[in-house]
Amino acid sequence: MSILVDKHTRLVVQGITGHVGSFETRLMLQAVTSVVAGVTPGRAGQNVEGVPVFDTMQEAVDTRGANTSIIFVPPAHAAGAILEAAGSGVGLVVCVTEGIPVKDMVQVFGSLEGTGVRLVGPNCPGITTPGQARVGIMPDPIFVPGSVGVVSRSGTLTYEVVDALSRQGIGQSTCVGIGGDPLIGTTFIDALELFEQDPQTRAMVLVGEIGGTAEQEAAEYIKEYVSKPVVGYVVGISAPPGKTMGHAGAIISGGGGTAKEKIEALAGAGVTVAESPEDVAGKMKELI
Amino acid sequence: MRLHEYQSKEIFRQYGISTPGGIVCTTPDEAVRAVEQFGSAAIKAQVLVGGRGKAGGIILATPDSAAKTASRIFGMTIKGLPVTKVLVEERVDILQEFYVAITLDRRSRRPILMASASGGVDIEDFARSSPEQIMMESIDPGQDGLQSHQLMHVAEQLELQDFTDFPELARNLYTIYDDLDCTLAEINPMVLTRTGKLVALDAKLNIDDNALFRQDAMQQLYRQNLADLDPLEVQAKELGMSYVAMEGSIGCIVNGAGLALATLDMITRAGGAPANFMDVRGGADAMHVGRAVEITTSNPATKVLLINMFGGLTLCDEIARGISEKLQGLNIPVVIRLTGTNQEQGWEILRGAKVTVAQSTDEAARIAVEMVS
Repeated sequence: MSILVDKHTRLVVQGITGHVGSFETRLMLQAVTSVVAGVTPGRAGQNVEGVPVFDTMQEAVDTRGANTSIIFVPPAHAAGAILEAAGSGVGLVVCVTEGIPVKDMVQVFGSLEGTGVRLVGPNCPGITTPGQARVGIMPDPIFVPGSVGVVSRSGTLTYEVVDALSRQGIGQSTCVGIGGDPLIGTTFIDALELFEQDPQTRAMVLVGEIGGTAEQEAAEYIKEYVSKPVVGYVVGISAPPGKTMGHAGAIISGGGGTAKEKIEALAGAGVTVAESPEDVAGKMKELI
Repeated sequence: MRLHEYQSKEIFRQYGISTPGGIVCTTPDEAVRAVEQFGSAAIKAQVLVGGRGKAGGIILATPDSAAKTASRIFGMTIKGLPVTKVLVEERVDILQEFYVAITLDRRSRRPILMASASGGVDIEDFARSSPEQIMMESIDPGQDGLQSHQLMHVAEQLELQDFTDFPELARNLYTIYDDLDCTLAEINPMVLTRTGKLVALDAKLNIDDNALFRQDAMQQLYRQNLADLDPLEVQAKELGMSYVAMEGSIGCIVNGAGLALATLDMITRAGGAPANFMDVRGGADAMHVGRAVEITTSNPATKVLLINMFGGLTLCDEIARGISEKLQGLNIPVVIRLTGTNQEQGWEILRGAKVTVAQSTDEAARIAVEMVS
């Protein structure tokens, strides 16, 4: 078991003929992911890394029986790509694209309401279930199959944490990058809920950062509903307020955006708080 | 992107929101003449950072005090930005002050109208101390924006003595927010004058950087405002990188925002202070890394340079090439931690170079802190 993606995942790559889309398709195939189709309007009939390309999501899903899509479409067209995927019959849409206007995402979330389609991202590194599926851009060699679930707002910092876990001999069930934008689909709480229900997952790591109050909401949820041990790591204790720190969502503004408040909330919910990726691995080792 | 107050107010007036009479001035002499014209006026520094009021950048002046006040404000540097423009505004007879803003609510994934009967306060502090005194109305963009019953409700709660103008003002503010791809449209304070008019005493519009491609007028303002920003921040942004100046002495170059924040934290925990935040973003090549070295080391406060890269999309050999090309011209020590895709090739390129190699972020931070102390 695992969450969201596994060996039953049948993936469509939206934007497969682009530079990043084709490069990442090769890496996903190498990481034993079943990439069954690609979509780029006007490119039907072509092949990328042996994967057939279709004009529309509907054709790709109908012809190849896909159940998941990943989006590498430029920001101006990404919202449209999400909606096209949501209407095509796939249950999970992962959007890697960074730089989608917030207003477009407000409209997307309005349209997704009630459809039952799950969105991960945007501006996220995707999802990896080691040895089964890599739906995203995470470096596959750092992963080891195992029983720790990882959920994170970050990219490279997630890789650091996974790498530290693997070097300590702690494998991962699934690693979910939920994205660094202010508006995202799948939240910490959604991922924690899935990990709590997943029999393979024995413990979880939550990696957060400044901006918004998602970590505090996760803390409240953990207190009520999570029985498995959680290690939390929040970065940005030294970040100045009012400045966007790389990720569009990483800005201390309004109530509750500081790392200190987030760390306190997590500690108050019984989460073991770590201070570095190595510390995450060390504390996890003690817990399991 | 943040707009100047005077630019935001120009937009307000185009959309039918009243503002006090004002004149933008670029010299103390101009400011003095403007104060004389109004009789009694506020001189307000126009800088692209928050908290200018707290920093002393807004001062009331009379014709007698104008010369002294104007030269004082023009001599200021607020959070690293020199004051080169001021807005001189006529005084307004205030009956009541309020806070009104439209922003994005991450939780409901919709815009919200925020309002409070306490205007002119530091809203972030206020949100922490008295959250119950801030009203929030969720806006359904599919339902044509703000509904009449929502606006009546807010006006009642605000105890507005005269709320004739309020629904129109709030709707206009939302139209601005929606038309211009704003992430924040704020009036703090909005005032009710003794003559029963609602006036925006301050104005703050933040535009979504990701939407600039479809906002021509905002793009123009962005270019106009480049001269008013930290030049290093602008140079980085033009290359798709993200730079934020800080107050310490350890320069940082990292790939990925989360890892960059983690690196700053580790420097701080090791007893040091970072000179900057710098995220070179995924897929950066030798040119990007080279420019990042130039940008971070052109800050005279930088005494050590810490480069921390976890290669994924970004290739370690590209990074190493970018660094090695710039090492010649550097007269400060460099600590490098380089791991991930093509790391062996990267290390090979840096072999024999005058750099200290660290195995982890933690170690790199400790070495850098030792070097400055």
